[in-house]
Amino acid sequence: MTCPNGSPGTRQDPDELVRFLDVGKRFGKGRPALEGISGTIDGGEITGLVGPDGAGKTTLIRLMTGLMLPDSGRIEVFGFDTRRDAARIHPEIGYMPQRFGLYEDLSVQENLDLYADLRGLPPAERPAVFQELLAFTDLKRFTDRLAGRLSGGMKQKLGLACALIRKPRLLLLDEPGVGVDPISRRDLWAMVKTLTAEGTGVLWSTAYLDEAEACDRVFLLNEGKLLFSGQPADLTGRVADRVFKMTGITGRRRPILAEMLDRDGVVDGVLQGEAVRLVMAANASIENATRGIAEGKVSVVPAAPRFEDAFVDMLGGGPGGRSALAETTARLDISDQRPVIEAHGLTKRFGDFTAADNITFDIPRGQIFGLLGPNGAGKSTTFKMLCGLLKPTAGEGRVAGFDLRRDTAEARNRLGYMAQKFSLYGDLSVDQNLDFFAGAYGLKNPLKRERIALLSDIFDFKTYRGMSAKDLPLGLKQRLALACAVIHGPDALFLDEPTSGVDPITRREFWTHINALVEKGITVLVTTHFMDEAEYCDRISLIYRGRSIALGSPDSLKASIATAAHPDPTMEDTFVALIGKFDEKSAA
Amino acid sequence: MNKTNPSTATGTVGASQRLRRFAALVRKETFQIVRDPSSILIAFVLPTILLFLFGYGVSLDATHTRIGLVVESSTPLAQDLAASFQASPYFDVIQGRDRRQFEDDLILGRIKGIVVVPSTFAADIAAGTHPRIQVIVDGSDPNTANFVQNYAQGVVATWRGMNATEAKARPPAITIGQRFWFNPELASRNFLVPGSIVIVMTLVGTLLTSLVIAREWERGTMEAIMATPVTAAELLLGKILPYFVLGLASMTLCVLLAVFLFGVPFRGSVLALYLLSATFLVPALGQGLLISAITKNQFLASQLALISAFLPAFILSGFIFEIGSMPRVIQGLTLIVASRYLIPSLQTVFLDGDIWPMFLRNIGATLVIGAVFFLIAVRNTRKRIG
Repeated sequence: MTCPNGSPGTRQDPDELVRFLDVGKRFGKGRPALEGISGTIDGGEITGLVGPDGAGKTTLIRLMTGLMLPDSGRIEVFGFDTRRDAARIHPEIGYMPQRFGLYEDLSVQENLDLYADLRGLPPAERPAVFQELLAFTDLKRFTDRLAGRLSGGMKQKLGLACALIRKPRLLLLDEPGVGVDPISRRDLWAMVKTLTAEGTGVLWSTAYLDEAEACDRVFLLNEGKLLFSGQPADLTGRVADRVFKMTGITGRRRPILAEMLDRDGVVDGVLQGEAVRLVMAANASIENATRGIAEGKVSVVPAAPRFEDAFVDMLGGGPGGRSALAETTARLDISDQRPVIEAHGLTKRFGDFTAADNITFDIPRGQIFGLLGPNGAGKSTTFKMLCGLLKPTAGEGRVAGFDLRRDTAEARNRLGYMAQKFSLYGDLSVDQNLDFFAGAYGLKNPLKRERIALLSDIFDFKTYRGMSAKDLPLGLKQRLALACAVIHGPDALFLDEPTSGVDPITRREFWTHINALVEKGITVLVTTHFMDEAEYCDRISLIYRGRSIALGSPDSLKASIATAAHPDPTMEDTFVALIGKFDEKSAA
Repeated sequence: MNKTNPSTATGTVGASQRLRRFAALVRKETFQIVRDPSSILIAFVLPTILLFLFGYGVSLDATHTRIGLVVESSTPLAQDLAASFQASPYFDVIQGRDRRQFEDDLILGRIKGIVVVPSTFAADIAAGTHPRIQVIVDGSDPNTANFVQNYAQGVVATWRGMNATEAKARPPAITIGQRFWFNPELASRNFLVPGSIVIVMTLVGTLLTSLVIAREWERGTMEAIMATPVTAAELLLGKILPYFVLGLASMTLCVLLAVFLFGVPFRGSVLALYLLSATFLVPALGQGLLISAITKNQFLASQLALISAFLPAFILSGFIFEIGSMPRVIQGLTLIVASRYLIPSLQTVFLDGDIWPMFLRNIGATLVIGAVFFLIAVRNTRKRIG
């Protein structure tokens, strides 16, 4: 049953679990958190609630639990109005909030006992239910362990087990995939699938658009509005025959991408390993668009559309390929062959725990290097050692030739750092943040004034100058964080999950800048959770259990696990396969 | 997997389910208290430190106050008076011949006062007139200044009395004999210790309770629990009961330390002690609940608890400062501070005995304050987020 643009179905479906009608919710001033949302959720399906941070996903889930009430409109769960009958809804829903809702100072078994008591599971049924859940989640060996001592993936499974104590009719999962490695995510997905087979309705919220593709139906939210509801294939179908891959590019591929993004009829474009992936506007001709670009060498082939392609198309297409930031940046000497960032045997031990073990790589000037890996695998530790925030136990790191241990100050002045969640000073205004970071990197007037004026101009901060950083829209926050990181014209950029949670248009804009800066000779080290972002890198290192278990270009890593049966694996397949191989080897 | 059993059964099944949910919450909370070092710290380590501080470190009694004594007269009588000063337990005396030699010491705070026995002293005695003695004190510290002045006069009066009897002179027409009841040694420890018990119960009841609830909001566990069939009342009671018991346990530790280690007398009944303490925990816990219902954030909760509960328990309760000597407005303000009703009651239980009319009056006032807190807290705690 599809309800285009969210108009509620008129048919009363016997499987229907949730129905929301014209729901609105607003917190304080500013745009509403949710506006005019209508739709239904059925049993026996996985319904994806998809959108970037701040789209309203958590709010909508909370409204369904009755823990929050809508300002306007109505929500019915199992036919009960959440305003009046929340108490009759609670016994039959399972809810896993973000961070899983576990008591970290209780053991696995104690958490299960608590939820069994709270949900009124009769003692006679308990042994069988616990047995089944522990087997299902593979936590049997850990029943005595405190929940706080479990890995992210195991916490998530325990959170799910607690939500499933009494098999719910409706299971609400708020971003279960965040901070969890792809393997655990796949496990969880498989578990949820078995539940739907028994008739449970599952709502799975996520900011990862690739997860949306696997759902039976999706609600796509953006800035509090419902952009799409229906089967994901219906959305990706809208860009069918409009997605292409340019392969066979021999030289630098970033200038070609930038060029393509500015051509007529090109809606969106990203790098995908050695290839450039393009989404064309309806009725635009790919032949016209690619005319004159390395003709004869480059071949253009159709590609399978993705959910993200359709999302970007729906939002009116990505930004162009021009980066005003890069245009004002001086070109660094690319012919200088010495690596800009070097890691030699970097090792960090905390007590008897080795967080990073003998990590070695180097990044030549003008390249992007990606660190990939599950949470807690050691990529942040490696990253922090390389920007001088953490002292290595052994080994050495260099930036622009300066040893991070001996010439820390010089090394730091040559790098720009953009931390997770942007780490701006929320209570300072845009101008004050720029001023502070310029000062922190040692810029003096008049150069400081000049750089701030230039960056404000490039990033269009004029109308926001006096606004506190914490009140900025997410996209502007990201721009400001980038501006602060490049204010002193660094040789190397360190980006720690720079795009997590932001909408795809903002991500495109960000990468347009980064790609253009790289062409100017700036070197980039990036960590990311997005598998498609890994493909923007020239080379990546997969960090797992503190070790670098694979290093190479995205295409070569993919090729290394390709088989006759599976000739074209995705980056995520590659990730999962490489970790699986490593685990097998270390178990043997 | 298990069968779904929607609409929770009514009657006895419902009651037993409610009981099981409640027991589960209490058990969970107890595990958390036992495993969380910070709650042990606040409930047991902090009280011990506080008691040691008040028992040994802080004393409002002034003994061994350093003064300078200038004896300008060299007669045996004057020397005899000087010897009395030397022998007084209240003063550590440095003797000199000229007041100027002590002036710098007084200004620098090395001594608290200068007592001058003037050269006219012997003549005054001989003439039978009241002998004049000069006391110079540092007025910037009025408490100590008063103390030095009064005790210096005391020393002189005692000395005169002794001399009078020995000289078989006329006894003074009227003598004022002071006698302190209930705390004859006037040891400040004896009334500071009951006061610190109140502080400790405020910390456990208000600070700790508001912190642990705010923590559940921060960690997202509150949200997960609320989406279960648990009712708001079960949730609140399940939180309160363990901390009620913890508060009483903490109080018991304080009393045992006070009585057996510091030798503070305990003249009332154990029943009165527990009844008074239990009553006090009602407003303390209610305030903790209210704070966490408003803030849902550990940092804010701790700030609010310190300002709205801990500080008043110190300043406005009569613990350190006498309520009777506060400005009228502040006196009025103390009427809504629950600890001001417990402190006199506890001091009475320790130093005097059971005075039920006073206890009952204070218990009544405490319960009224507690009821108000609870009412507001419960109104603000529904099974709702934001």
